[in-house]
Amino acid sequence: MRTMRRRGAVAVLAASVLALTACGGDAEEPTEEPGAGEETTDAGGEEGAAEFAEGSTMAELSEAGSITIGTKFDQPLFGLVGPNGEPEGFDVEIGKIIAGELGIEEDGITWVETISQNRESFIETDQVDLVIATYTINDDRKERIDFAGPYYEAGQSILTLADNEDIQGPDDLAGKKVCTVSGSTPEANLLENFPEAEVVPFQAYSDCLTPLRNGQVDAVSTDNVILAGFAAESDDLEVRGEPFTEEPYGIGLAKGDDEFRDWVNDVLEEIFEDGRWTDAWESTAGTVLPTPEPPAVDRY
Amino acid sequence: MDAVFAAFPTYLSGFAVTLQLTAWSAAIAMALGLVVAALRVSPLRPFRFFAAAYVEVLRNMPLTLIFFFAVFVLPQFGVIPPLGFWTAVLCLSTYTSAFVAEAVRSGINSVGVGQAEAARAIGLTFGQTLGEVVLPQAVRTVVPPLINVFIALAKNTSVAAGFAVVELTAAGRRLSQGNPSDTILLLVGVVVFYLLITIPMGVIAGAVERKVAFSR
Repeated sequence: MRTMRRRGAVAVLAASVLALTACGGDAEEPTEEPGAGEETTDAGGEEGAAEFAEGSTMAELSEAGSITIGTKFDQPLFGLVGPNGEPEGFDVEIGKIIAGELGIEEDGITWVETISQNRESFIETDQVDLVIATYTINDDRKERIDFAGPYYEAGQSILTLADNEDIQGPDDLAGKKVCTVSGSTPEANLLENFPEAEVVPFQAYSDCLTPLRNGQVDAVSTDNVILAGFAAESDDLEVRGEPFTEEPYGIGLAKGDDEFRDWVNDVLEEIFEDGRWTDAWESTAGTVLPTPEPPAVDRY
Repeated sequence: MDAVFAAFPTYLSGFAVTLQLTAWSAAIAMALGLVVAALRVSPLRPFRFFAAAYVEVLRNMPLTLIFFFAVFVLPQFGVIPPLGFWTAVLCLSTYTSAFVAEAVRSGINSVGVGQAEAARAIGLTFGQTLGEVVLPQAVRTVVPPLINVFIALAKNTSVAAGFAVVELTAAGRRLSQGNPSDTILLLVGVVVFYLLITIPMGVIAGAVERKVAFSR
């Protein structure tokens, strides 16, 4: 028994040494060819080709070959986990593009569900490298984390039953029951700017649909893109009026990592230019929403 | 820290709702629970069966599911309860009544069978036996577990936060949304307000227990 065990241990050791040396070999490869630098910068988007400054977040992620991205799992069009367990949507596509620029393949991406209440703390505690989750850029949040982007401009809007034409804009909400999510930006906005509306807060936007259909609430209010997702799924619902707020969606990352933020901003500007942003939009949210102009990146 | 002080009015309005939820639900649960407990010890078998079924169903169902049922499932059958406070009271009180019934039943069972037999021997009816002889003695054993049930109820009111009631927890969520940098402090504030309800309840329980204690 004893010798067997020892032999086993030796085998494990040998295997791990092999693995280690193999890793070492990989890591050294790029430095062996000093001339390769020029070529790689020319190639730009090619896998694993990009070179990053020593010690930067990009270099770390690129070397590890893996990245953890937080997104919504229940947001149609942006981040929605289907029956196959894979999240799909515009946020997810943006995440894949950024990972691709780091030389990370889709298998190397770990998707983590982030909900509105835990996004900042997930970034602060390094549980995720990036958060791409219909994440509105605002100053309060900038106190704890930093934002790259915006990569999309949403706006708060209103959803009602298709046969209810009384409500055409936020001013018509006075005295009406408006469903939204407890502790969300749209809720705060309604309370502050439309105090006449009676806010009915639930746990999730999808919870608002049953009360809306039953006439227990008159309207649902949140970002237009979320509402458009619901309206696209059922004929009896309709989005009313133009968006009445500006919600620039940004990519959340660790506070103070300016190098990483600048790089993500560079990537965004690049994909705004070369059409990859438009492709990502049209294959996801663009199926029910018009294709907008890409927003201007805010390098604060 | 300033955010916590600025948040005071929001805390207070949430606290008031939580307090009302607790008080209404406790009162209704107490009344319902007493009836169910009486049915559970009644001499009639169908009554006992009904009460046992009631207790088992409600006691073993998660509270969130009860809320879910009342808010999302009942309307499918044409019963549309008004959203918010009263639906929450309905859910909380039916759920808690099962626990009240069990606490009261265990108290009744703690009174010796001889007491009930003696009461019946002198010609008291079932109601009189329960009301005049058994319950007054049962109260002593019932109070501590009953206070436990109501402390749990006070905390359970937070489930209503997800179902259109802006009580303490929902108020705390609103606050932390508005001040992301002070989230932890603001949530500590929420806890303090819950303690304002639950700790006095524990103190009352202790006092009542001492008062009704007797040497056997």
